[in-house]
Amino acid sequence: MLKLPIYMDNHATTPLDPRALEAMMPYLTDRFGNAASRNHSFGWQAEEAVEAARKQVAALIGATAKEIVFTSGATESNNLAIKGAAHMYREKGNHIVTLVTEHKAVIDTCKHLEKDGFDVTYLPVGRDGLVDLDQLRASITSRTILISIMAANNEVGVLQPIAEIGRITRERGVLFHTDAVQAAGKVPFNVDAASVDMASLSAHKMYGPKGVGALYVRRRNPRVLLTPIIDGGGHERGMRSGTLNVPGIVGFGKAAALCREELPAESARVAALRDRLYDGLRRNLDEVFVNGSMAHRLPGNLNLSFAYVEGESLLMGIGDVAVSSGSACTSATLEPSYVLKALGVGDELAHSSIRFGLGRFNTEEEVDFVVEKLSAVVVRLREMSPLYEFARESGKLLKMAE
Amino acid sequence: MSYSEKVIEHYNNPRNVGALPKDDATVGTGLVGAPECGDVMKLQVRVNPDTGVIDDAKFKTFGCGSAIASSSLATEWLKGKTLEQALEIKNVDIVQELSLPPVKIHCSVLAEDAIKAAIADYKRKQGNGK
Repeated sequence: MLKLPIYMDNHATTPLDPRALEAMMPYLTDRFGNAASRNHSFGWQAEEAVEAARKQVAALIGATAKEIVFTSGATESNNLAIKGAAHMYREKGNHIVTLVTEHKAVIDTCKHLEKDGFDVTYLPVGRDGLVDLDQLRASITSRTILISIMAANNEVGVLQPIAEIGRITRERGVLFHTDAVQAAGKVPFNVDAASVDMASLSAHKMYGPKGVGALYVRRRNPRVLLTPIIDGGGHERGMRSGTLNVPGIVGFGKAAALCREELPAESARVAALRDRLYDGLRRNLDEVFVNGSMAHRLPGNLNLSFAYVEGESLLMGIGDVAVSSGSACTSATLEPSYVLKALGVGDELAHSSIRFGLGRFNTEEEVDFVVEKLSAVVVRLREMSPLYEFARESGKLLKMAE
Repeated sequence: MSYSEKVIEHYNNPRNVGALPKDDATVGTGLVGAPECGDVMKLQVRVNPDTGVIDDAKFKTFGCGSAIASSSLATEWLKGKTLEQALEIKNVDIVQELSLPPVKIHCSVLAEDAIKAAIADYKRKQGNGK
């Protein structure tokens, strides 16, 4: 039986896997100890659980347990990586390179550093959403200390060539941070294979709980040092003070272990659902445009523009389906998505965009429902769209994509 | 964002969607907004030349649910009004009727602009005709 509403916004957050919840439960009840308490069994129990989770998270990305710093989430991880490295290596240089399509947690952190005297280069991306590696090479100067480029984009799901980027940063002796929030657990991601020095992770994007994340910080070749942004009791090797969120970390560890075990099967299954969704919509509708590269993309991501129809009105029509839109009307700023803009998507098509995020708990039945429901709404809204009427009158259909 | 019941009702059952012959001398067409801004409204009125009363109104809108509801409501209100009465419809009336939140006030402004543009177009046609 199909259950409504349908959740297809897995880039925003994912539901907590019941198996992760089960692992957490004892640490929300009997095992409430502080992992920093060294003198009694409550503390030891908590510490043991945290260290087991640290191994699980490390294993997901090919790291060692000691290289995992637990945080409150990926926003904190991005802040710690970028601000922490910038301040630690300030003597070496003051230049940072990143992308215009990064998450706000990276972009706004870089903007903050600009006010502190750092220079930041925001590299553009191509129509496909990918960074130009020659441009990246050319942007590195003797003052460059850090490159921060995301592994997968949260709106268009585009996978950046992180292994190639890692080769370049190694060659030039620059640190490489990647926001791997959307990629980790969804596609193979290995810090050594990609020569990553720091990677931000978030539990709630991989079926773990909210309020917990991690920063991978390389310990060998090179050993990365960071200036902490939160001072206090010296937890997490001094890089992140604050009592550890033990139940959250335990849930994160379990979620990471599940992703690791199930990744090959799950990514294939989710990609098949995504393709079923795309094929179904294309079969029913003309003038549906994909935003970003289809070849270099997260298995669960589909970002489409439905020409002549405004995104928020589309969302309203498919009330039983949770997705998101790049339309200005859904944002507080009344500006359409800056990511789509960076890809060269016109404002008109940006307003018409819908982001689908398929995940572990979606089914074929749900996809088929969304295809039919959404197609019907698009047809209905196009019938009342003056833009569709003008395009038909002037025979200009399909011109909008040019 | 949550929508008022009236916005949802107009969105689900929009009144007077469609087009009137735009070259007809008794039809005035108003086209306002811009696709880049995410809102385009086309509103048309047909005026009975003997009575000066609007006897039909149609719209098509590219925009959010509030924009669709604002234009749908405007066409409903226009029917049976003289041009002078029609020009008295203000965006605040639409805001009130649909309980639009502050962030959606521009939708009602657009609807008021569309009414004015449609009537101006009608008047221009009549002026040219004489």
